Amino acid sequence: MSDHIVKSYDKDLEALGRKIAEMGGIAEKMLTDSMDALSELDMDLARKTIESDPRLDYLQREIEESAILTIARRQPMAVDLREIVAAIRVSGDLERVGDLAKNIAKRAMKIAAEARLPRAIIGLKHMNDVAAMQLKDVLDAYAQRDGEAARKVWLQDAELDALEDSVFRDLLTFMMEDPRNISFCTHLLFCSKNIERMGDHATNIAETVHYLVTGETLPLDRPKGRGLIDPVIVAGQLSGGGADERPA
Amino acid sequence: MTDAIAPRYGRRRRTDKVMLGLCWAATAFGLGWLVLILFSLIWNGASGLDLAVFMEMTPPAGSTGGGLLNAIVGSLIITAIGVAIGAPLGMLAGTYMAEYGRYSKLASVTRFINDILLSAPSIIIGLFIYGAVVVPMHGATGIAGGIALAVIVVPVVVRTTEDMLLLVPNPLREAASALGLPRSHVIIKVAYKAARAGLITGVLLAVARISGETAPLLFTSANSPYWSVDPFHDAMANLPVTINNFVNNPDPNWRRLAWAAALIITFAVLVLNIVARVLGATRAPK
Amino acid sequence: MNAPATTTSMPSQSADGDKIAVKDLKFYYGNNLALKNITLGLRTNKVTAFIGPSGCGKSTLLRVLNRMYDLYPNQRAEGEVLLDGENILNPKQDLNLLRARIGMVFQKPTPFPMTIYENIAFGIRLYEKIAKSELDGRVEKALRGAALWDEVKDKLSASGLSLSGGQQQRLCIARSVAIHPEVILFDEPCSALDPISTSKIEELIDELQENYTIAIVTHNMQQAARVSEFTAFMYLGELVEFGDTSKIFTSPSQKRTQDYITGRFG
Repeated sequence: MSDHIVKSYDKDLEALGRKIAEMGGIAEKMLTDSMDALSELDMDLARKTIESDPRLDYLQREIEESAILTIARRQPMAVDLREIVAAIRVSGDLERVGDLAKNIAKRAMKIAAEARLPRAIIGLKHMNDVAAMQLKDVLDAYAQRDGEAARKVWLQDAELDALEDSVFRDLLTFMMEDPRNISFCTHLLFCSKNIERMGDHATNIAETVHYLVTGETLPLDRPKGRGLIDPVIVAGQLSGGGADERPA
Repeated sequence: MTDAIAPRYGRRRRTDKVMLGLCWAATAFGLGWLVLILFSLIWNGASGLDLAVFMEMTPPAGSTGGGLLNAIVGSLIITAIGVAIGAPLGMLAGTYMAEYGRYSKLASVTRFINDILLSAPSIIIGLFIYGAVVVPMHGATGIAGGIALAVIVVPVVVRTTEDMLLLVPNPLREAASALGLPRSHVIIKVAYKAARAGLITGVLLAVARISGETAPLLFTSANSPYWSVDPFHDAMANLPVTINNFVNNPDPNWRRLAWAAALIITFAVLVLNIVARVLGATRAPK
Repeated sequence: MNAPATTTSMPSQSADGDKIAVKDLKFYYGNNLALKNITLGLRTNKVTAFIGPSGCGKSTLLRVLNRMYDLYPNQRAEGEVLLDGENILNPKQDLNLLRARIGMVFQKPTPFPMTIYENIAFGIRLYEKIAKSELDGRVEKALRGAALWDEVKDKLSASGLSLSGGQQQRLCIARSVAIHPEVILFDEPCSALDPISTSKIEELIDELQENYTIAIVTHNMQQAARVSEFTAFMYLGELVEFGDTSKIFTSPSQKRTQDYITGRFG
């Protein structure tokens, strides 16, 4: 994109882009670190993850303020307007990703004392890898203004949803095997939910990037990787071992 | 101010003062003569002014008393004829040039010829009217003088009318046209209204111009010592020619009246000019 | 990018919905081609805005719509401009009747050098013979329609030139509205006005579109975005993009449109 006649306008937008990039880096690192802390039971890493969240919150607020200021002062149009709206939305999503990662790190600290069943964490780790990959891909798409790459990320979210289903089933199985696992597995259940949410945020960012690049919004109904989850039905299926009927 | 440019600046200021002084001197030179003329006019003319000047006819040479009444009235009539014929013609032509024919060849040719006419020596106009009107009518008449003056009025009014109408901003014409007004309405109801002060000023200036003209009247209306108010028969008395005749005569009474007549004309022209200025300044088209 | 302009997001070209349809319009100043094959429609009772850099032909286009260019020599238009299906470029078109149907408001307020009342009554009398009392009513209605009545009702016999710039412009709008046109063309109506007067004019345009089809040329893109339903972007005599205002200002399909409205070229 060629430059604006008013050069300080370009500088404003560049500053905005740099802050988003910094947020993206922090959020990505928090996402992987939180899972590493959980799987390695690394308390230092967990603490560091928690401590990096305020910086993310601060950046998000700064982006919001300078975006509002830019709107007020320059009345952005077309791609500039989309650029600024995207910055607000992406920073919001990244800030939420940070919150969710922080929550995982906190849970890691909580369950460190009663750590058990490393195999239960394998599924989560896999989920987290997928989420991390999505976040990375979508941030790349944002950096390169690649609407098609963003659309691919958007389509991939189904995979994460499917994985969450299977992790859910696994954890439910562990809990049924041994009630002593319940507390531990419940924490992991929340972690899986958090990871799934991070994936949702990556999807949101993908939608934003697509809008930013093309000016068109993606359809409201995204392909889903699963149906409704009803723990009772799932538990029934697992214990009964009956025909694999998925609820409609 | 830095020291580096101070000397140069000082030199510029000196040059400025010298030039300003020269300008003042030139202005004073020009104005000085004007003041002298007016002064001698008032000095010589005021002493000759009395009520009889406005009440009695021009006296025969060598007599005492008498006035300028027939010449004043004659001048008014001749001037009125000149304006009555010249002003409408000039305004119509000026309107054509500014409104209808603004971009036409005819308008630019007319403008060129009009400028020539504007600077034509008035004696030539007098001679022409002599040939064209006086000779066929077998004698000088008021109407012939009026026509000669009209020929002087026309180019002045054409010029001012065109200039004043050109000063009316085009958007105003467009706005009027955009309401669906026919061209004639646009001109009469909008352009003339906007230029009214300028148009009146133009006519007044033309009147001022012709009221002192002598040369065109010498052979056309000539002069008359009698009460003459019929413009179609006989010569008609008027102030400029009266001055011309009286001032070359050794008779002191005639010379006194000539000065009085000159003062009257000058005063009338001055008043007309002031009125024109005031009108033009306050109601000029924006 | 030198290919003829494409109009990708053309609002559906239902000929019935268009008060004015411009087809393959070319316009010449002498030998200079100022408008290159313009095709677009002005939707009935909607506001259509024309934007573009100076000299892009937007005002020229507006002046074709009421044939204002006929006042000047060496200007001519080719193609078709259909007003309710009739080609107004037809040489037999009566220009005064056309201009009574298509009003115009100019960049600089142009009150006539007469009273406020006369400014409005003048145009009405030209086309209608009506009683004084009825005329008074029409003048009041027009002034109310231009949101000016309350400000001038006590000084109708004052000169139109005594009003402020914003009031003068509304007087000009009232003058246009008074003769009941069908279309009103605005040629940068607010460029000489302060923001408050501008808002008043914009509010007025918003109200007027209920009864009139409106075209507005403006240098102020935000103004185009605020007042119009459709926007046409013109550049060097071409129609680069024409479409819904909401689309043009958020995601124009042409790069030149984008560059212009985001301030990337002059």
